[in-house]
Amino acid sequence: MVNVATQETHPPLQTLVVYAEDKPGVINRISSLFRRSDFNIESLTTGKTLKSEVARLTIVMRGDSATTRRFEASLYKLVNILRVVNMTDLPSVESEIALIKVSSNAKTRQDILAINEEFHSQVVDLGTAAIILEVTGTPEKIDSMIGVLEQFGIIEVARTGLVAMTRSSEGIPVDSEPVSETPTPGSNQSHS
Amino acid sequence: MKRTGAQIIWETLLKEKVDTVFGYPGGAILPAYDALLDYPIKHVLVRHEQGASHMADGFSRASGKVGVCVATSGPGATNLVTGIATAMMDSSSIVCITGQVPGTLIGRDAFQEVDVTGITLPITKHNYLVNKAEEISLALREAFHIARSGRPGPVLVDITKDAQQAEIEFTWDDTPVKLPGYRPQPDIPEEEFQAALDLIQSAKRPLILAGQGVIKSGATDILMEFIERTQIPVTPTLLGLGGIPASHPLNLGMMGMHGEAWVNTAIQKADLLLAFGMRFDDRVTGNLANYAKKARKIHIEIDPSEINKNVHVDVALVGDLRETLETLLPNVDSGNRAAWVKHINDLKGDSAVRDIQKLPDTGKLYAAHVINDLWNLTDGQATVVTDVGQHQMWEAQYYHHEKPRSLITSGGLGTMGFALPAAIGAKFAQPNKEIWVVVGDGGFQMTAAELSTCAQENIKINIAIINNGYLGMVRQWQEFFYDRRYAATPMLSPDFVMLAEAHGLKGIRVENRAQVREAVETARKNPQTTVVEFRVEQEDSVFPMVPAGADLDAMIRRPRETVLADRKDEVEW
Repeated sequence: MVNVATQETHPPLQTLVVYAEDKPGVINRISSLFRRSDFNIESLTTGKTLKSEVARLTIVMRGDSATTRRFEASLYKLVNILRVVNMTDLPSVESEIALIKVSSNAKTRQDILAINEEFHSQVVDLGTAAIILEVTGTPEKIDSMIGVLEQFGIIEVARTGLVAMTRSSEGIPVDSEPVSETPTPGSNQSHS
Repeated sequence: MKRTGAQIIWETLLKEKVDTVFGYPGGAILPAYDALLDYPIKHVLVRHEQGASHMADGFSRASGKVGVCVATSGPGATNLVTGIATAMMDSSSIVCITGQVPGTLIGRDAFQEVDVTGITLPITKHNYLVNKAEEISLALREAFHIARSGRPGPVLVDITKDAQQAEIEFTWDDTPVKLPGYRPQPDIPEEEFQAALDLIQSAKRPLILAGQGVIKSGATDILMEFIERTQIPVTPTLLGLGGIPASHPLNLGMMGMHGEAWVNTAIQKADLLLAFGMRFDDRVTGNLANYAKKARKIHIEIDPSEINKNVHVDVALVGDLRETLETLLPNVDSGNRAAWVKHINDLKGDSAVRDIQKLPDTGKLYAAHVINDLWNLTDGQATVVTDVGQHQMWEAQYYHHEKPRSLITSGGLGTMGFALPAAIGAKFAQPNKEIWVVVGDGGFQMTAAELSTCAQENIKINIAIINNGYLGMVRQWQEFFYDRRYAATPMLSPDFVMLAEAHGLKGIRVENRAQVREAVETARKNPQTTVVEFRVEQEDSVFPMVPAGADLDAMIRRPRETVLADRKDEVEW
């Protein structure tokens, strides 16, 4: 469950979308920036884009705005990084997928399936002793569904981590040409 | 034409105008060494690979060119690490070429295999693992481009043995390297320039903080014009020394932990700081919470990640310092800051009287006297290379540098053992310059084996060992902050004169001030590398000093009773 009291003591979640050259070791270079500052990455997803040479990563971290700007600038400094966009305050959609394996028996099955209906999730495996549900949505929605299912006994949860995209009709331009603008942490310059 | 990967390495280096490399052979780099015999590139055999990376660094700092070092896989590569980290912290452009076990053996814990790209990832600007002969040339060309452009730094290229051995069809590619994610030269928005100009125009108590960026970007001349037009006084960082002449009337002297007391006080009183190519290191800011609270700040800096990293600034001009000053200068008004400069000079108070140089000769040998005499006897024209510690601070205080690249010192990483190998590298970059190593007894012993390199290469440098029988700066901290408990700082040294002679070099010992002149003159005249051991006062300390974490103007001053003229009145800064 989301614990509101402890969350207030943590810095806010920040979502960074990073475009990088799709080369060996690039994720290591990125994660190393966080590791050297003893910083935990909340989630990191990576996947291909329409350009085969470009990978797209979504990094969720906790940090105040100054700290996050410093990470953005350090990410930009990496030779293989093409673009960094902080999505946190941009109008955007965020989503992740979770597979949740719940204990079930003849008595509880109908209740679990009812919850499945409510959350618009899908039954991807149904056995006599367990059900696997696949749910897509915001991390909050998934946290909430896990919370509701806990009473039945959750055997295993696999979450993909977040992907994010701005709502604007324009994409984020990522050229193979060098990007001229460079973020200045703490200044009023926009990065998008 | 057919070329092996090994031949491609040297052909690419020749195209990059490399004439000297520093290295040490071994199994995984043997194909490259075999091919080297056929190319007109001078190889300097070091005694330990740390020496190779420091030499490449010293070469780079002395010349402004890219320094190159070569090592084999495994321990050869790991021995480079301290030198690479040193170059990273001080933005020195070096390219390190390491051999790697054959591609088929990578990841199998092969003999002398180490993940050197993994190890050096956080201490290089970028690095490459090259597994195919076809990729060697491009990786090296990109490495040189990255090392020398933007904020310079070290780049490592790890090349597998089979890539060096493979023979391929090779044609030289003249097209500029394309690195889509690399932005060495950002553009500066027009309004940022205007904001900077407005702050400069309205400042009553402005101060320029001049860092190593002045030297790296070749901004000395334009900075002098800027200072003379605006009449804004300037203080260098340790690595900024030489960026503008020490003798310039508006050069106040060094800032920071062992900087001039009036400079640190002036920083705290200023209403505008112009930070030029410097990064607000903790050794120049003291306690950040109380750092220059009255001042607005303008930061001109090539590396955007330095902006607002330690100190929040009002205006940031992210770009090359020389080019940025060229854009600013035509638009700044000439200024009159005479009252402010006079105020700073008044802050000096009785410092001239307290100056250790004013002391009558008591028969004791002080390091500050040695450095001051060395400065006099070399007419301030030598290139001085130092380690880290007390001798480094005394050098910074008492050898007054007039020209860029005349002081080479390990600032950011503070690496003991840097000086001797870095000086050897500097000598290959400045063969006609007089070079002096100023080094402590501790640091010298970390890389003293490179004396043998001096002998084998028959090069002429001078080495001044400031021997106080202690790891002096650590001892000083123990004296001030650890109740004089000298844990592991008293140090027994070998007979340095005999050590020099064992290498076939000349050694001289100096035990009082009267002997300094003759020793320095003998060393200068001797055609070989010469070691001069100065046996200085054992428990002297570097003053003034801002204790770590204290406010910048909370300085410990030299206690009068130790060495200075007895004055009854105490004048405050």
